[in-house]
Amino acid sequence: MSIILSTRNVTKRFGGLVAVNSFEIDVKENSISSVIGPNGAGKTTFFNCITGFYTPTEGEIILDGKEHIEGLRPDQVTLKGISRTYQNIRLFSKMTAIENILVGEHRHLKTHWIEAIFKTKNFLKEEEEALEEAIRLLNFVGLNGLGDQVAHNLPYGAQRRLEIARALASKPKLLLLDEPTAGMNPNESIELMHFIRRLRDEVGITILLIEHDMKVVMGISEEIWVMDFGEKIAEGTPLDIQRNPRVIEAYLGSGAASGLDLGKGE
Amino acid sequence: MNKSMTTKDIIKKGLLAGLTVLSLNLIGFIALLGERELIKGWFTLGHVFLLATPVAIAYLTTNKMEAEGKVKPLGIGFVIGAIAALPSVLLVYIETTTDLRQFLANVSPALTELLTFGQGVTVGSVLLILLFGLMSAFAAFISILDEKISKPLVTAFAWTLGLATFSEILLIRVRDLFGRGVAKAIFSGKSLNPISAILLFALVMGITIWWSKNGASYKEKIANVTPAKKKQMTQGKSILTMLVILFLPLILGSYLTEVTNNVGLYILMGLGLNIVVGFAGLLDLGYVAFFAIGAYVMGVLTSQGALGLDIGFTFWTALPIAVITSTLFGIMLGIPVLGMRGDYLAIVTLGFGEIIRVIAVSDVFKETLGGAQGILQIPKPDFFGIELVQPGQLYYVVLGAVLLAVFIATRLRDSRLGRQWMALREDEDVAEAMGMNLVSTKLMAFATGAAFSGLAGAIFASKLTSIFPHSFNLIISINVLSLIIVGGVGSIPGVFAGALILVGLPELLREFAEYRMLIYGVLLIVMMLFKPEGFLPDKSRKRELNPDDDLGLAEN
Repeated sequence: MSIILSTRNVTKRFGGLVAVNSFEIDVKENSISSVIGPNGAGKTTFFNCITGFYTPTEGEIILDGKEHIEGLRPDQVTLKGISRTYQNIRLFSKMTAIENILVGEHRHLKTHWIEAIFKTKNFLKEEEEALEEAIRLLNFVGLNGLGDQVAHNLPYGAQRRLEIARALASKPKLLLLDEPTAGMNPNESIELMHFIRRLRDEVGITILLIEHDMKVVMGISEEIWVMDFGEKIAEGTPLDIQRNPRVIEAYLGSGAASGLDLGKGE
Repeated sequence: MNKSMTTKDIIKKGLLAGLTVLSLNLIGFIALLGERELIKGWFTLGHVFLLATPVAIAYLTTNKMEAEGKVKPLGIGFVIGAIAALPSVLLVYIETTTDLRQFLANVSPALTELLTFGQGVTVGSVLLILLFGLMSAFAAFISILDEKISKPLVTAFAWTLGLATFSEILLIRVRDLFGRGVAKAIFSGKSLNPISAILLFALVMGITIWWSKNGASYKEKIANVTPAKKKQMTQGKSILTMLVILFLPLILGSYLTEVTNNVGLYILMGLGLNIVVGFAGLLDLGYVAFFAIGAYVMGVLTSQGALGLDIGFTFWTALPIAVITSTLFGIMLGIPVLGMRGDYLAIVTLGFGEIIRVIAVSDVFKETLGGAQGILQIPKPDFFGIELVQPGQLYYVVLGAVLLAVFIATRLRDSRLGRQWMALREDEDVAEAMGMNLVSTKLMAFATGAAFSGLAGAIFASKLTSIFPHSFNLIISINVLSLIIVGGVGSIPGVFAGALILVGLPELLREFAEYRMLIYGVLLIVMMLFKPEGFLPDKSRKRELNPDDDLGLAEN
């Protein structure tokens, strides 16, 4: 299996604070893998470095083994085929669900605004196809019939799903999910994990998750990197991670008895 | 409204109404409106505004109190009204004993005359308190009535008062269209005569009652017609609308057409700023700059005075140049403010608007722009050799521009670019992460907005035949922004509603124009409380369940 994304020595400093320190991961194509760590470990900062929201202070981010994407703007990163969701849901809240997805399709829409003014055949065809695709995605994430609802009127779980649909609309190679289960109850979390697996199997994209709830990721991740204070403290399969004393220490504090259920987290 | 209405609450509400009335008196608003008689010998617009506050407060207080019987709400209404009259009564006493005019210029014997109905201080005061009390009790009565009766009553009052308010203008139209005799029968002097007022009241009430009884069945009939027939009906409706729009100057007469033209120019600017502020969420307070640029380009290119270039430009050849110049300035302003958001953007654009005005005024460019004297002798637009001088002729120039702007704005809104703008408005960072280029998205918004405004400016210059820097004050930007907010931010029909309310109304009632800022303020506060989304908010488009591609055009 080839590597789709690798980071080398990625470091982000804010003044004196080192938020991410020489973080290195290799994400395998068509895998589900996770970056985990306690709150404030620097996971989202790391995501922001990958997606162009931040420029890493040092280090390289390489897509498909050849393309350097560090220092690109967010829109350029998206055009390269990476898309993401946000820890605190950031939908276009006054637009309808369908419109949110349509905005997500931006990368693949080509008609010029002049064609829109004259409603050329080309424009109408593209709009129709875009709408069809949006409805398909809406149904795929299980929001059938909610497409005309304004996004902020949707229930919380539906908003999370809509955000994923919007991210999928750009047809990314790599999807970054930032704490997709935040604010969900255990049942909803499990349901979402099943959905994420289905996503990988059916759509065939690579998924990189951020989570601090370990129970969630253990079930579906093939590879896990553990982050604490910006540094990588462990990597490996879920089983390796569960047994790693440094991980237990990071989550529960030093001297914590081994064998505790890590899933309960903080 | 609530059951625990204590005496204290009632007194508070009465005093609130009373203080509002008092301040309306003190600023001279009531006295000024008192000069406009609505129904001959009965009352003036001053009386209407005098009573409006206590009546509204009484209505809102007693609304839905029918559970508490008939007497209690009426009592509450009366007390609120009577208390509301007290500050004004006090004012009358003070005015008759001391001359307050050196401190409060508007507290005049004329005001006292109006407040006491010319009956002297004592009798007048009693009358005032009684009138306030009774009218507020009446409002309370309406508020507890069944909707079947209250609705026709309120509608009839609204129509009668509304038409009476505009009687001066209506009078002229009726005289021109139907002859002097008909006008004399309906109006006396400049106001409605009592008999026609009563007839009008009865007519509106009759129609409303008839409609409330039979309206539902008609609606049902219309809903049940075959799709083919429905299509015919919508077609008929649009043809009728088109005819009305086309022949509007004939219906309105030259004065109202002139007002319509001014409203039209504001609509044009509103449509442009609506793209910038409403769609893209970029708060631009210097929008008048592009209006000025359009006007000055038109002026410099076509003026036959000393300042004109005199190189053979006509209105039609100068128009595209004016629009393109404004558009380029729109982009030029856009580039430095690309990285700015919210308040910072507002301040910088505000500065840009002022810079343009100051440049126009300054002596440095006096040779080309005329300084404070402005540019004179700008020719009116011509149409195949006919000079368009009359408002009724200029109307079609404005109409063409507005239709073009509505068309472009609607099409852009429903395109990918429109969605980009809205995404930008909702969350700039996420919009960028969707793969869109923020630079081009923002510049497109600034450019389109500036183009519409430049178009309005160019027509404005040619319509007025002279331009002065002071016509391009900050206040224009604020007017345009206010009309967008009143109509509904991001809504194209809302721009029309906002322009009619904020520009059309003050032009029809000169009294309102003097208190324009007061009315804007009150209107904006009322809006924020009761209809924060604006009078005609944008409907979100249905796309999943009833995809209707023509909806965007049908609603305009």
